Amino acid sequence: MPERIGVYVCHCGSNIAATVDVRQVVEQAAKWDSVVVARDYKYMCSAPGRELVIKDIRELNLTGVVVASCSPRMHEAMFRGVLEEAGLNGYLLEIANIREQCAWVSLPGAGATAKAVALTRAAVKKARLNQPIWEREIPVNQATLVVGGGIAGIQAALQVANAGYLVYLVEREPYIGGHMAQFDKTFITLDCATCILTPKLAGVERHPNIRLMTCSEVVQVDGYVGNFRVRVKTSPRYIHEASCTGCGACERACVLWDSIPAEFDEGLGRRGAVYVPFPQAVPLKARVDGKNCLYLTTGNCRRTCVTACQRGAIDFDQKETVSEIAVGSIIIATGFDVFDPGVEPRWGYGRYENVITGMQFERMSNASGPTLGKILLADGTEPRRVAVVHCVGSRSKKYHRHCSRVCCLSSLKFAHLVREKTGAEVFEFYTDLNIFGKQYDEFYHRVREEGVHFIRARGTEVTEIDGQLAVCAEDVELGVYREIPVDMVILNTALIPRHDAEKVSRLFGISRSSDGFFMESHMKLDPVTTFMNGIYLAGCCQSPKDIPDSVAQGAAAAAQALSVIARGKVSLSPVTARVTEELCSGCRICLRTCPFQAISFDQAAGTAEINEAVCKGCGCCSAACPAGAIDITHYGTGQLLAQIEGVCGNEDKD
Amino acid sequence: MRTKTDFEPLLVAFLCHWCAYTGADFAGSAGIKYPASVRIVRVMCTGRVDPLFVLKAFREGADGVLVSGCHPGDCHYVDGNIKAMRREPLLAAMLEQLGIERERFQLVWVSASEGEKFARVVTEMTDTLRELGPLNLKGGEQLG
Ligand SMILES: Cc1cc2nc3c(=O)[nH]c(=O)nc-3n(C[C@H](O)[C@H](O)[C@H](O)COP(=O)(O)OP(=O)(O)OC[C@H]3O[C@@H](n4cnc5c(N)ncnc54)[C@H](O)[C@@H]3O)c2cc1C
Ligand code: FES
Repeated sequence: MPERIGVYVCHCGSNIAATVDVRQVVEQAAKWDSVVVARDYKYMCSAPGRELVIKDIRELNLTGVVVASCSPRMHEAMFRGVLEEAGLNGYLLEIANIREQCAWVSLPGAGATAKAVALTRAAVKKARLNQPIWEREIPVNQATLVVGGGIAGIQAALQVANAGYLVYLVEREPYIGGHMAQFDKTFITLDCATCILTPKLAGVERHPNIRLMTCSEVVQVDGYVGNFRVRVKTSPRYIHEASCTGCGACERACVLWDSIPAEFDEGLGRRGAVYVPFPQAVPLKARVDGKNCLYLTTGNCRRTCVTACQRGAIDFDQKETVSEIAVGSIIIATGFDVFDPGVEPRWGYGRYENVITGMQFERMSNASGPTLGKILLADGTEPRRVAVVHCVGSRSKKYHRHCSRVCCLSSLKFAHLVREKTGAEVFEFYTDLNIFGKQYDEFYHRVREEGVHFIRARGTEVTEIDGQLAVCAEDVELGVYREIPVDMVILNTALIPRHDAEKVSRLFGISRSSDGFFMESHMKLDPVTTFMNGIYLAGCCQSPKDIPDSVAQGAAAAAQALSVIARGKVSLSPVTARVTEELCSGCRICLRTCPFQAISFDQAAGTAEINEAVCKGCGCCSAACPAGAIDITHYGTGQLLAQIEGVCGNEDKD
Repeated sequence: MRTKTDFEPLLVAFLCHWCAYTGADFAGSAGIKYPASVRIVRVMCTGRVDPLFVLKAFREGADGVLVSGCHPGDCHYVDGNIKAMRREPLLAAMLEQLGIERERFQLVWVSASEGEKFARVVTEMTDTLRELGPLNLKGGEQLG
């Protein structure tokens, strides 16, 4: 039966029509072989636009449809559904991308119409060769993996678990809570971070549906949405978790007690080689730090900790373990790192002892922190003048172009806490005030009224003038250069992608934006999903954000995972490799080419054999086969060659 | 036969679905302009680009061919892009034998967020092709 193709060219309002002469595309298309109808419409994706296609398919017995419109990444799935509705297989659809890859990138009159014609022609040529193929439906695994136990990951885990499904929460640190666990107060309500976080931490620990895996990292991911297989490496704690009560007797007995800078206290406090990270830690278990423990590094120690532990919980024979878990969805919530201000001398960090970071201030201000909540200078006295420097490493051409979004507010929080606790004078050195959230502006005015000075500064530098710490900057509003002597400087450093973000993105096959954070499918309409089906993002790993936004995104990611579970099955792309046995010479080159071991060798027949359940349709085998015996459904060699003819615009061949 | 005057070179670009094609869409959403003579063909992975496709494009009148996909390590099928990279010098040598200059065939990595880079790459390549002039294949019918 000869092919009968309908061509539909979309104006997309004026998005396409302003640059491309849509009528001309339709006129050209109407002349091509097998095209039985060619139309244009203002919005092909609208209900009347879709009806147009359905009606034509039914009345004109179309065997294929070409829609020349926006990128197939936008509406391909939707238009496939339109074909199905009219009784045609969805893969008989072809989309010509004349918006993102034509109208929007071309200057008016500069060949955009000719290009749109060429792209549409290529689509028609391919559509003639398209074959009906069917998606495979596979049942989904109902468990979910959450990577990262900060507030975003915790929210996601609790929500999926509360719905009644199993969650594996994998956390790299020995405790959960992420950065929020280190804070003193949270803006703008100034409630105690621990007080609002602890119930969530306990909820995770006690939840019958949550398997919490601390000291753990994902090392391998295989499979696809609904059916991921994940390997998780767990480093030894050297502690029997079941026996440990977190009493801390081991830490106090450790021969290195109070001598190792504590990470949780941002280096302001000290710990032993065996330690409990902080009093409210979940799980409240000690951990032996294998890098510093004398016994583990030299084999030579009195092991006072073992004697001190009344429950015999210390176990130096523990080994690293690797476990394999099966899940249907993955939520990535690995958070952020903070910028190291030591890289640039002008911030004085590491040079002057009373220059600290925002995270260090959080620990200092925290009642269970190294100073028991007192704001103190290195000499133990209270500061009388404090500077807060904004945008350290953020909004900078040299370091990080992006705005870290939370620092303006956390800087206001620091100012408030300093004034409340010490009465010191506070100077905020800001570049712009980006204050956007609910009731945030009200908080700003409150802090202003508390007597904090705001200096719109350029070229801020921390220095010492005659032994006195000072902040120098150009005051943009007054147009003068100012030197302000202070006792303490708090550098509010940028929230930046995790140091291992590249590794993690590769592990899960997700992309990163130009700022280095993980990339969402669509910046506005799909800020939670990734290009990898079944893998979702939550919290600051996607972009800096405050706690309310992290929690909201965590909940949204949970909803994504739950919708996969509720559907119960997933459709797998029918794009796979196929072998034409008569052409296969049995050379087995394809077996080595396949990255997924989807090809095996059929000894009896002497030919290659494809396992379609494993094949992902990349087509590497097809390109490598010297005999041309392997083809890919929907992206067949013939289909691609036809497309090449089409884009090159050789009309005579039509 | 086409001449150098008023010459708008035809550049066929094979882009992998996951990175380069998405990057090209990004250039579009951001409204970055590049020559309309660039024509994109989507493949799932750069590893799918059979040398046959490149030859076919030249035979059909392309003045240049670009293959573009995920950066090494980012391929959605483990190492399809590495396979493409290994093939590149062989294919380029073969094209040179046929009188197709080295500059007419390029392999460039473009990530999903590198819309600007994509536009820059195709603009620069178009400029190079303009310098080289039209590709007038001798015995072109034997290709592909
Ligand atoms: C100084 C400062 C003050 C702030 N003050 C406030 C405030 O007052 N109010 C407010 O709303 N917001 C505030 N914020 C912002 C707040 O910190 C974030 O909104 C919040 O922490 C984001 O949570 P998250 O879960 O996305 O990331 P994180 O808190 O970074 O948690 C990520 C978790 O993932 C784990 N992880 C990372 N990589 C891996 C891996 N590969 N495998 C397994 N686990 C991994 C980490 O160990 C961590 O536990 C402040 C930020 C800073 C820097
Ligand atoms: S998927 Fe992009 S190069 Fe393989």
